[in-house]
Amino acid sequence: MSVRRIAVVSAGLSSPSSTRMLADRLAAATVAALADQGTEATVDVIELRDHAHDITNNLLTGFAPPALESAINTVVSADGLIVVTPIFSTSYSGLFKSFIDVLDPDALRGMPVLIGANAGTARHSLAIDYAIRPLFAYLRAEAVPTGVFAASADWGGQGDDVKPLRARVDRGARELAAAVAARPSARAGDPFDPASYLGEGKSFGHLLGGLAGE
Amino acid sequence: MSDITTAPDVQFGIFTVSDVTQDPTTGVTPSEAERISATVEIARHAEEVGLDVFALGEHHNPPFWSSSPTTTLAYIAAQTRSLILSTATTLITTNDPVKIAEDYAMLQHLSGGRMDLMLGRGNTGPVYPWFGKDIRQGLPLAIESYALLHKLWREDVVDWEGKFRTPLNGFTSTPRPLDGIPPFVWHGSIRTPEIAEQAAYYGDGFFANNIFWPAEHYQRLIALYRQRWEHYGHGAPETAIVGLGGQVFMAKNSQDAVRQFRPYFDNAPVYGHGPSLEDFAEMTPLTVGSPQQVIDRYAGMRDLFGDYQRQLFLIDHAGLPLKTVLEQLDFLGGEVVPVLRKELARDRPAAVPAGPTHAARVAAAYGDGPTRQARPRANRGDNMSGPNPYQDAPVAAGAAFGLGGAR
Repeated sequence: MSVRRIAVVSAGLSSPSSTRMLADRLAAATVAALADQGTEATVDVIELRDHAHDITNNLLTGFAPPALESAINTVVSADGLIVVTPIFSTSYSGLFKSFIDVLDPDALRGMPVLIGANAGTARHSLAIDYAIRPLFAYLRAEAVPTGVFAASADWGGQGDDVKPLRARVDRGARELAAAVAARPSARAGDPFDPASYLGEGKSFGHLLGGLAGE
Repeated sequence: MSDITTAPDVQFGIFTVSDVTQDPTTGVTPSEAERISATVEIARHAEEVGLDVFALGEHHNPPFWSSSPTTTLAYIAAQTRSLILSTATTLITTNDPVKIAEDYAMLQHLSGGRMDLMLGRGNTGPVYPWFGKDIRQGLPLAIESYALLHKLWREDVVDWEGKFRTPLNGFTSTPRPLDGIPPFVWHGSIRTPEIAEQAAYYGDGFFANNIFWPAEHYQRLIALYRQRWEHYGHGAPETAIVGLGGQVFMAKNSQDAVRQFRPYFDNAPVYGHGPSLEDFAEMTPLTVGSPQQVIDRYAGMRDLFGDYQRQLFLIDHAGLPLKTVLEQLDFLGGEVVPVLRKELARDRPAAVPAGPTHAARVAAAYGDGPTRQARPRANRGDNMSGPNPYQDAPVAAGAAFGLGGAR
C-alpha cells in the first residue's frame, strides 16, 4: 500500500490559534485511523495566514506567486484534505474563501474532505452544514458526513460531556481515513496532456466536431 | 515588401492594448483623439528606430480606443515602408469570421502583404452579449470561427454550416488573399492548451502573452504547441513558429528606471494595486532597469522557450506619456534590439525558420513562378451553380491553398 498524503488547510489568523489546534488534532487522528487500517500517511499543513498577501495578489493578477502555487499544488494533489476555518459573521472566514476562490474550480473534484470549524460559542456550530458543506458540494469534493466544530468551551473542559471534542474528532477522522483508503492513490492529472483536454486517443478534429469529419 | 534574404530571424516589435489611462504622475487623462494620434506616431517611430512589427489590440469598451484595428493599421501601413502590422489580439469569438476574412484581406492588399494577425478569445465578459455571444462558449466559438476563417481564405466558394452563425451558401470572401497567400495567423493564449493544439493543428504560429504570468506557465503551453506541431506533421518541434510578449521600462541606470516606472506600475490596469514592482518583475518577464538588464533578461528567453520568431514588447500602457514611450523606443532600437539580434542569431540552428513574412511565404508557395492574381468573371449571381467565380482554374485542396499553404 502506498503512503497517502493528507493536506491540512488552516485559516486561523493568530498564533497559536484554536483553528490550528483543531486542525492538528484532526490530522493526528486521521493518521492514526489510517495506521489502524495498515495505511501509512504523511501530513502537509498550509497556514493560510502565511499566504494572505499572495492570495490577494493572485485574485488581482490571476496567477499564484511561487510560494502560494506550491501550497495550492500540495492541496490539490493530496489524497485527502482537512480544512479548518474560524467562523466569522456566521460563515467561513474571508481568507479561507479567497483561498478556495484561487483554486481551479475542478481542482477538488472527488477529493475526500473533512471539514472543521471553530468559534467562540457553540451557537455557531451549524455553520459547517449550512455554509461550508455547500461550498464543497459545489466543488464536487466528497466531504465526509461528520463535520467537527470546536467552541472555546471545548478546549476548557466545559464542552459537551456526552460527545466530547475528542470523540467528535475521532469520528470525523475515521470517516476521512475510510474515504482516503477507499480511493486510489491520487494521480496528478496533467492539464497539458492532450489526453486530458481532447480525451484519450482523440485529435483536434474531434474538437472541430463534424467539421473535420472525425 | 521585405527582401526575404534579409528577413530577420527574430522579428522585434511592440504591441499595445490601446488603453486610455490617466497619467498618475500628472493626473491628466489623454483624450481618445490624443491617444489615437500618439499611437500612430509610436508606430511610425517603431519603424524609424529599426523595429519590425507593430501590433494593436482590439477592444469594445472604454477605456480602450481600438475598436477597429484594420482601419488604424491600414493608415499606419500607408505611412510606413517596412513595418509589419499585426494585432494583439483580434477577437475570434465576438467578431464574425466573415468580416475578419474581408477586413484583413483588405489590409493585406493595402499594406502590400506587410501584415499578419493574432487571434484571441477576449476575456471581458460583458463584451460577448453585445455581439450576441456568451463567454461560456468562448472556446467552441474560437474553434468553429477559425475553422470558417481558415476556409474563407483558402476556398473561393464556401458552403458552410456551424453552430454560431448563419450558414453560408456559395459565399466568396473578397478580395481574395494577396498573391493567393492567406495572411499568417498567430493564436494567442494565456492558459488554454486547446488553443496551442489549434495552432499546431493548422500549422499556424503560437504567441504567448508572457506578461501577466510567470514564464513557467507559458513554457508548458509552448512545449505542448511544439510537440503537437510535430504530431500534426508540420515538422520537428523546433520548426514551429513561436512569438513571445514581454514588458520593459528602461533608463540609463536602473534606479532611475524603477523610480520613473513605479507610479505607472502601481496604478496600472490589470496588476496595479497588487504585487510590488520588485515582486512582479521577479515573477514575470517584466524588466525595469538599464538597457543592459533588458538585454540580459530577454537574451535568456530562448533558453526558456527555444529559438523563436517574434518578440513584442509592451511599452506604452498605464498612462505613460508619448514622450516617454518614444524614448523607450529609442532605447529598444538603439541599444537593445541590435544586441538581441546578434545574441539570438548565435548558434541558432539552420532548421529554425525566420519570422514569417509575406515575401517568404510567396517564395515557399510559388518559387520564382507567377503568383495568383484573382480576376473575377463577370458577375452572374450564380456562385452556387456556375463555375468558380475567378478566371483562373480553382486550385485543388492540398496544394498551395490547402493546409500546406498555411506553413
